[in-house]
Parts: sequence; C-alpha cells; structure tokens
Amino acid sequence: MKIVTCIKRVPDTEARLKIAAGRDIDAAGLKFIISPYDEFAVEAALQLREAKGGGEVIVVSVGEAAAAEQLRAALALGADRAVLLEAPPTLDGLVTARALAAELKDANADLYLFGMKAADDDQQQVGPMVAELLGLPCVTVVAELELGDGKILCHREVEGGIEVVEAPLPAVVTITKGKYEPRYPSLKGIMAAKKKPLEEKEAAAGPSRVRLLDLSHPPERPPGKVVGQGADAVPELLRLLREEAKAL
Amino acid sequence: MANVLALAEQRDGKLKKVSEEVVSAARTLADALGGRVEALVLGPAGVADVAAGLARFGADRIWAVEHDAFAKYEPDGFAQAVSERVRADDYFAVLFPADSLGKDLAPRVAARLDLPLATDATALSVADGELIITRPVYAGRAFARVVLEATPRLVSLRPNVFRPEERPRAGEVQRLEATTSPEQWRVRMRELVAASAARPDVGEASIIVSGGRGLQSPEHWHLLEALCEAMGPQCTLGASRAVVDAGWRPHAEQVGQTGKTVQPQLYIAVGISGAMQHLAGMRSAKTIVAINKDPDAPIFKVADYGIVGDAFEVLPRLTEEVRKLRGQ
Ligand SMILES: Cc1cc2nc3c(=O)[nH]c(=O)nc-3n(C[C@H](O)[C@H](O)[C@H](O)COP(=O)(O)OP(=O)(O)OC[C@H]3O[C@@H](n4cnc5c(N)ncnc54)[C@H](O)[C@@H]3O)c2cc1C
Ligand SMILES: Nc1ncnc2c1ncn2[C@@H]1O[C@H](COP(=O)(O)O)[C@@H](O)[C@H]1O
Repeated sequence: MKIVTCIKRVPDTEARLKIAAGRDIDAAGLKFIISPYDEFAVEAALQLREAKGGGEVIVVSVGEAAAAEQLRAALALGADRAVLLEAPPTLDGLVTARALAAELKDANADLYLFGMKAADDDQQQVGPMVAELLGLPCVTVVAELELGDGKILCHREVEGGIEVVEAPLPAVVTITKGKYEPRYPSLKGIMAAKKKPLEEKEAAAGPSRVRLLDLSHPPERPPGKVVGQGADAVPELLRLLREEAKAL
Repeated sequence: MANVLALAEQRDGKLKKVSEEVVSAARTLADALGGRVEALVLGPAGVADVAAGLARFGADRIWAVEHDAFAKYEPDGFAQAVSERVRADDYFAVLFPADSLGKDLAPRVAARLDLPLATDATALSVADGELIITRPVYAGRAFARVVLEATPRLVSLRPNVFRPEERPRAGEVQRLEATTSPEQWRVRMRELVAASAARPDVGEASIIVSGGRGLQSPEHWHLLEALCEAMGPQCTLGASRAVVDAGWRPHAEQVGQTGKTVQPQLYIAVGISGAMQHLAGMRSAKTIVAINKDPDAPIFKVADYGIVGDAFEVLPRLTEEVRKLRGQ
C-alpha cells in the first residue's frame, strides 16, 4: 500500500495574527505547524499502513524552504520519506494543485490524502483539483475510511448526516476531523526522522491568477454587555434580544 | 459577458434556501454589471418545475438538467454537467453555494475549466467593472479581498450571509438533456445516514444553542434540547470541541476551526469558554449570547449579551421564558 499525503505549513491556529502593510501576515515570532486537517490525513495514512502491515507513506509539501520543518515533523510521526516542492506562497489553489499534480502524476500510489482545508487560506479546493488534474476519483470531507478490495468506503460528513461513499482505487480523499486523532512523535521517531530522505526540488508552479487587494482584521464586535447575574437576568436578556437585537 | 450563472440546489424535490441566497447575490451582481441572471439546477424529472420558483429571486432564465441519477449528489455527473453549461456561454461569473455540495463541486469544475476559484465568500462588490471578493482566511482571524484574473470568475458563497431578496424576473425555464452515463461514475453514494432529520444542520440553522464543557456531562444536554425546542424549527444544537472530543456530542455539531463555521442570526453559547478556535467558527454570528459562570471567560469579549451565572439555573428559566414568548 503506497499512500501520498499532502501537507501545508501554516501559522499556529492559536497565534494572534499581525497584519503587515495591509497585505501580509507578519511572520516575526510566529510559530508554524502542520495544518490541523493535514495532521489528521497523516494519521490516517499511518493507520492504514499499519492495518495493511506494510507499505510506504510519502509526505509532500509545496512551499518555501522552511516547510522542510513540517515535513520532518511528519517523518517523525512515522512517514517514510518526504518531498518539498519549493515555490513562493500563492493564494491560487489551482497553482498549488498543478505543482502537486506534476509531481504525483507518476507516483503510482493507491491513495492520495489531503486535509479537508488548509488553516491559512481556508480554500478547501486543492484536493479535488489535484484529483481532476490526475483524472482520479475523489471523495471529500471524510471522517473515516475503510479499505476494501481495490476500493475504499468513505464516511463523508455532509449537512444533515453522513454519506457512505464508495470509490475505486487509486483515489484522492480529503480528511476531516473524525477517527484519526493525531499521535505524538516519539523520541525515537524524532531521531529516525533525521535520517529519512527529504528530497527538495523546484515546484512546477505557474503564475497566480488570484490577486490580493488587501488583508484586514475582522471587524471588531462592538463591546457587549453583561445583562446580569443568574436566572433573574433572563427577562431582560429576552427583552434586549427582541427589541434591540431583533434576534427573536 | 455581463451575465451571471448561479448554481441552485434541490433536495427531496424542494429548493434549498441557500439557492435563493445565491440567485439573489447573482441578481445584485448582474444589476451592477448590466447583465442577466441564469440559474442552473440539476435534479430528477420534475426539477424544472421546482426550479421555476427561482424567477421570484431574480433569475431571467433557468436551466434545468433532468436525470433521475441527479436525485442525489454524486460528483462525477454533477461536475460534468455543470462544466458543460459553464463552457457553453460567456459568463462574467459563476456563483456556487459554499455548502457541502458546492464545496465539493466547485473545485472540480474549476480544475476542469482551468479557472481559479474563490471559496466561501462573505461579500461581493463591483468596482470599475471588476468583481471584488471578500473571504475570511486564517479561520476568520483575517479577511482577504481578492480579484480573480480569469473569466468566468468562479466563486462560492457562504450560506446565511447573502440575503434572499424577491426581485421577480421572467425566469424562462429551459430543459437541458443530460448527456451523462451514471454507469461510468466512479464515486457512488451507497447510503445516507441521516442525523436528526428534524433539525437543520448547524451550518445552516438561523439559531444555534451551543454547549460546552461547562454542562459537565452528556446527561445534561436535555436542558439545551429543551431550549432549542422552544426556539422553534429554525434552531439547532452546536457544541465545542471539548465536548465532541469527550464523545458527548457528534462531530457534526462541532463549531469552530476544526468544526463548522456558522453564521446564524443568534448564537447562544452555554458553558463555553470562548477559545480562539471556537471563536473562529462563530464570531460572525449576527448576535451572540454567552452564559457562563466565569465573568472573565473570553466568550464575553465577543458576546453582545452575557449572563454571568450557572447554566443549570439560567437554562430552565430561559427555556420557560422563550416558551411564554412564543406562546407555547
Ligand atoms: C488545532 C485546534 C483546533 C481546535 N478546534 C476547535 C473547534 O473547532 N471548536 C472548538 O470549540 N474548539 C476547538 N479547539 C479547542 C479549543 O482550544 C478549546 O479547548 C475548546 O473550545 C474548549 O471547549 P469548552 O469551551 O467547551 O471548554 P472549556 O474551555 O473547559 O470551558 C468550559 C467553560 O464552562 C464554564 N462553566 C463551567 N461550569 C459552568 C456552569 N455550571 N455554568 C456555566 N458555565 C460553566 C467555565 O467557566 C468555562 O468557561 C481546537 C484546538 C486546537 C489546538
Ligand atoms: N502548499 C501546499 N502543499 C501541500 N499540500 C497542500 C498545499 N496547499 C494545500 N494543500 C493540501 O490541500 C488541502 C486543502 O487546502 P486548501 O484548498 O488550500 O484549503 C490541504 O489540507 C493540504 O492537504
């Protein structure tokens, strides 16, 4: 079983973000992590490899040289080898998808796993785009995967329930939070990761067709008010919801 | 060239509310550009009649692709049919709903047509004939305004943000032959395990009663359920990650960065501290109410109205008063 997992380096989701010159996130002092859904995807890959009793898990990232840090972290978790496709950051998911597809077209993997969405641009598009570019079937927002004979059964989260969806292998799957709670790296894993192969090369990235005008902080919510203490505050709360907020 | 195509959606023979939102947004956009609005609906035989209702929201023309295999969403057939329609005309923009169908479908169409895509937009405007798209990034911690340098511009719209507005147009319905062969579809849906069919999805509800670790155990959820019931059929339950991780509530209810991003009219957070990742999912709710016994809980910083108190005392009273208010 050969599994490719695509991971992205993103700023820590707990960090307060500073916006520089209305265009960029100020990276000074910022901690970077593997995008949370991609961590679920790495975990899914490791569990599937373990269930199969063997195989290879390859992690791939498109990004600046610093993304090697996140690839090493995935190697420490148990991935076998890593590929860094160097490219400047882009807001155009199709550019990233093309870079990944160019690298993966001859990978001959059984499964290509992605996070459901990246925690920086929140586009939720790269996985299915890569699938289309490679001509592979794709199932998105999957909380749990079952391997069958030459096929997969996916539990897909949708409004109003869970869809059980089947697709033939090889396939692309994007992972949401569900069965795959990320493990912690062991000391042994961290040591081993240093010796695992990490290939770095230029990404085949075209020009971006998404132009950023500006980046801003979300509008501040006007300061709220504490209506009161305990159950006695309820009537006043409802009055405000009806008359002031017109929310009821 | 100034025309806008809006993807509308049916479920069980009814139009989804988000379709009215997408068509209304398309109308506003087309008016700014001096163009027409066309709606596109895929569904089983009879969907054309259902889709005719989109005329009320401003569709000049409605394309209905009828095929019994389109009764449920399966991506291969949908991506093919939608791509064909987009290719067939020169649209200025194509708008999708950013619900589970649109989020799955739009990137496939974008890749097939070699077009960039902006997802989950919360505002659209036109300046000098160009479409400016506002979309939240970093889980709502920032907003980006972007322009797509390609035609048509593919954009998906966050549900519950764009208001449905009645601006009737002719809405001439045109049936299209579906050229797809379902036998060749690779991704097939075998089963839909419905969540509580009685309540809307947390991503779509206009009122959300959300519970956190402050409720102490899953046995106490009847208190939230009673409030939700009293609020009426537009209300649904939400949850913090802490209670989902503890197995008290299903992940489908989780609000936040690794859960759903919601934008209801009213969000009531009960026993939720208001961690950054929770706020990411709900900070753009129209009105936020917090009930928490800790006056310093960060949730009060984003709440419009707060009650400092014990959920076990406040909730029953709130439910009782809401029932009275709604004449139950
Ligand atoms: C990568 C990542 C992703 C995450 N994604 C999400 C996400 O999607 N959604 C999410 O919610 N979290 C997410 N989290 C977790 C988040 O950081 C918090 O841990 C979580 O939101 C806390 O849940 P809580 O508010 O229910 O619990 P707590 O933080 O424990 O808060 C409980 C609150 O209940 C109050 N309380 C206690 N008893 C009572 C009572 N009797 N009456 C009234 N109030 C009471 C307390 O004062 C406290 O404020 C994520 C974290 C990480 C690292
Ligand atoms: N630069 C990148 N390098 C590797 N994988 C990526 C990159 N960008 C996005 N992905 C993958 O695509 C998923 C969806 O990203 P997005 O469409 O940007 O929200 C992510 O969770 C990753 O699995």
